[in-house]
Amino acid sequence: MDFELTQEQKMLAESAASFAKKTSPVERLRKIRSMPHVEGVEQRHAAKADPRNWEPAVWKQMAELGWLGLFYPESVGGLGLRFFDASLVIEKLGTTLVPEPYVASVVLAGWALLKAGSAEQHAKYLTPMIEGETSLALAWQERGSRYDVTSVKTVAKKSGSGHALTGEKVLVLNGHAADHVVVSARTEDGALALFVIDPKSKGVTIESITTMDASRAAQLRLEGAEGVRLTGGDAQVALEWALDLAAAAACAEGLGIARTVLDMTNAYLKVRKQFGVPIGTFQVLQHRAVDMFVQTQLLESTAILAAVRADEEDADERRRAVSIAKVRLTAGGKYVTQQSVQLHGGIGITDEHDVGLYFKRMQVLCTLFGDDEHHLTRFASREAFATTVGE
Amino acid sequence: MDLSFTPDQEAFREEVREFIRTQMPPHLAAKAAVDGHFEHEEVMEWQKILYRKGWVAPHWPKEVGGTGWDAARRFIFSEELEKAGAPTLSPFGLAMVGPLIIQFGSDAQKQRFLPKILSGEEAWCQGYSEPEAGSDLASLRTTAVDDGKGNFVVNGQKTWTTYGQYADWIFCLVRTNQTGKKQTGISFLLIDMKTPGVKAVPMLTTGHTPAFCDTYFDNVVVPKENVVGPVDGGWTMAKALLGHERTLIAAVGTSTRALIRVKRIAQEHGLLADPAWRGRIARLEIELEALRMQNYRALVGAQLGHAPGPESSVLKIRGSEILQQAMELAMDVMGPSCMAWFTPPGVLSPSEQWIPSAFNYTRATTIYGGSNEIQRNVIAKWILGLPAQA
Repeated sequence: MDFELTQEQKMLAESAASFAKKTSPVERLRKIRSMPHVEGVEQRHAAKADPRNWEPAVWKQMAELGWLGLFYPESVGGLGLRFFDASLVIEKLGTTLVPEPYVASVVLAGWALLKAGSAEQHAKYLTPMIEGETSLALAWQERGSRYDVTSVKTVAKKSGSGHALTGEKVLVLNGHAADHVVVSARTEDGALALFVIDPKSKGVTIESITTMDASRAAQLRLEGAEGVRLTGGDAQVALEWALDLAAAAACAEGLGIARTVLDMTNAYLKVRKQFGVPIGTFQVLQHRAVDMFVQTQLLESTAILAAVRADEEDADERRRAVSIAKVRLTAGGKYVTQQSVQLHGGIGITDEHDVGLYFKRMQVLCTLFGDDEHHLTRFASREAFATTVGE
Repeated sequence: MDLSFTPDQEAFREEVREFIRTQMPPHLAAKAAVDGHFEHEEVMEWQKILYRKGWVAPHWPKEVGGTGWDAARRFIFSEELEKAGAPTLSPFGLAMVGPLIIQFGSDAQKQRFLPKILSGEEAWCQGYSEPEAGSDLASLRTTAVDDGKGNFVVNGQKTWTTYGQYADWIFCLVRTNQTGKKQTGISFLLIDMKTPGVKAVPMLTTGHTPAFCDTYFDNVVVPKENVVGPVDGGWTMAKALLGHERTLIAAVGTSTRALIRVKRIAQEHGLLADPAWRGRIARLEIELEALRMQNYRALVGAQLGHAPGPESSVLKIRGSEILQQAMELAMDVMGPSCMAWFTPPGVLSPSEQWIPSAFNYTRATTIYGGSNEIQRNVIAKWILGLPAQA
């Protein structure tokens, strides 16, 4: 058992922390975020840098740092490290809410491509993303499917050498900006399969929507859109694994957020005065802050557990670990962010204060890639559950 | 990053399991299997078995009769005993006063006390709390006055003296100096319970086990050589004692055992097929797994020689809360039968028999060892650096 970071891991985490602080402080997100539904109120950052809500130049920079291929094999252009190494970067990106689609593109869509695609398909779709030339999206959800990857109504009919896809996908993370979208669909014989589509091609309609966390996603309508079937591995295995990896990523990011708002809140308790004294002298608030600390500690423990297990071959162990971490993210992450708003008082619910941005991102992370109920049920449905604890 | 125990550690775990399987006498094993309640004599019987094996004091140095194990082995050992439902040895001699004597005691004290703590020949209890000194321990009022003839004369009352009625000795914090700050002027004194003027009066807990005593001292004459460390230096002793074995404070083995028991009872009541019940149990199990990881991190820190700091308060807070929740869940899966109170055999299943009592006693876990509120004060001050209350 070993929890110490290696020298390389420490350097990686430090470099990601410095990137978050210098290249992409929260102020940058404020400048490029989309602000629909805001009328009649002063908008401090009305000028938008990019309709993507993120910037290709920064994406390229992340690629040059090696981050977009950290845990991918060298054969596809990656560094051949483990997902745990990437989780260190993801956690730091969380501390300033870096808007580039790391989780959507690198973790979620990338892993599905790696596991379901052939070597030729890796070279065509995955490698350019790792190089920062493109970004990807994974379209797996449909209306009412919630977190079930097999609940797919989109159909793929053979058409010439490829397939024609018809159906509707919802809440496609980075779907509004991706160069290639990986889409799940059922073939004519009912099999679940993954296809790559070019979002600019005929029969594809993309509606870009804003999400609560100052980000964007896409509603995707396919009407006979041309798709290339991924032929390197089982689609359901790839999808479930990609979602587990993304859930572990959400836990790492959530840890970064929890740590940040804990620090912000702790600092605020020391300077905000009421009744002539810093409010941090009040025991009821001290204990609330302590409980935020306790929860953050537990988030760290379970985020490590999930990150270490997420790319392991043993699917049972991986699912167990990821579900533990994701259930804990909802319990602990929500507690920490909700209490950070509460302890900031009125200023905590203004758009001007950063604490609300973290609050909203945490809420979204809790929902993404399987919510509390989904992971609790999955954990409790394991065969070993009835008789063992902690095995 | 590596989350597994080494093959060597796993082999040790197997050795401990094998020992428990083969060396625990059948009448104790039968109780352990259904999580029955062990009487004092049974606990001492188990202590002697561990003593003969040389495993009675895992955290003591080898030269004074300990095992010399590192923190990981101690954790594994403790976890396996807890998971097997083995009797819990009294901590007052082995885990508390023993290590303190090893650290601060005189050679004479070491020779006099340590062997009998190990063998179980002398049982110990703790005299810290008083009726007016709970969380505010330093306000204690039991006095020890120098009689000028080489003795202290002790007068006062201690309370919550766990198993004081079975103890041969008590270690006490007593006031030897009335001047200065209330933390100064306290001494750490060892008192023979058979000395005239000492009286331990058991009281019933809500679990109806006589777990605590009120202990009275009426002109009790104690030789001055029974002070551990310097006279008036007892507060330092008390704090040093709190630092021992902080990585076992979460009792994850005990909670693991409790949850297995919850599942067993749920199975008996046919509840495990119900997703709602499974969900409730799963939620607590996930909390326990998070604590287990947290404990592993503290453990590895201890292995690397990091001093057990205020972080161990996290283990105390969560460990005690989770154990309470496990006992409450056990009550809930029992349903209406959880109201049955010390009923004759046959009313409840053997697994259920001690649940209502233990559920009550478990409320103590968030109170003893520094209440969870005190633990929060510790984190607020030493980790978050929050200012003192006005």
